[in-house]
Amino acid sequence: MTAKIAYEDVEVGTELPPRTFPVTRATLVQYAGASGDFNPIHWNEKFAREVGLPDVIAHGMFTMAEAIRVVTDWVGDPGAVVEYGVRFTKPVIVPNDDKGATIEVSAKVAAVLDDNRVRVDLLAKSGDQKVLGMSRAVVQLA
Amino acid sequence: MALDQSFVGRSYPPTDPYEVGREKIREFAEAVGDTNPAYADTEAAKALGHPDVIAPPTFVFAITFKAAGQVIEDPQLGLDYSRVVHGDQKFAYTRPVRAGDRLTVTSTIEAIKSMAGNDILDIRGEVHDEAGEHVVTAWTKLVARAAEGA
Repeated sequence: MTAKIAYEDVEVGTELPPRTFPVTRATLVQYAGASGDFNPIHWNEKFAREVGLPDVIAHGMFTMAEAIRVVTDWVGDPGAVVEYGVRFTKPVIVPNDDKGATIEVSAKVAAVLDDNRVRVDLLAKSGDQKVLGMSRAVVQLA
Repeated sequence: MALDQSFVGRSYPPTDPYEVGREKIREFAEAVGDTNPAYADTEAAKALGHPDVIAPPTFVFAITFKAAGQVIEDPQLGLDYSRVVHGDQKFAYTRPVRAGDRLTVTSTIEAIKSMAGNDILDIRGEVHDEAGEHVVTAWTKLVARAAEGA
């Protein structure tokens, strides 16, 4: 485990570099295959509307996977993540066009813990909707 | 109809081992657009102190969710899966999942709640490697929305 961020260099309020992640219908098909989650609400517009959704939505687990990249890119070693949890508050709606949707993720250090660990709180939005709530990771720093 | 509280605390038998393949990790990392070399390059992973390539933090969900199928499809529990949405997800890692791991999952129903006609089910999946060492615990909250007119 080799984090590139030193515990001594971090304080409460330290902001991580924010990222914007694109998501298109093709992304969702690729993620469905890789994850084994073939729920049609993630690729079949007719089905999605029949169950009351406005359109096809991204897998919550896809959004969760994108959000943590802000932390793993910052810390260097993805193995430094020792805890990660989210609440799925709103779906990411993915229109059937060449642009799709975007997931904007920002994060900051919310607490400095013992044993060179820090808690990072994440904010993930799509459009003006917050899509993840209570999104927190604990990382082991150098 | 509210789910039977007597299922709280029930554990299901451990799953057969799932063997984590390096190409499956690579496929998953590509699907989420993550180019971190720790997922694809053994030497890069070793430089970080890992014995082999590691999986992205949420990779293990595919394994624990499949295991949770034992709970979701338990006819005695009677969850209406067509109305289920994923509420919360949390992981606590003892170490990262890595290529070559043979992982078993033991699923336990941690809580059952009923709120405004919704059934809320908390499932804990304990993931162990072939040596019996703990790798990660996954907590999955599923919400079965109330049927219309119920």
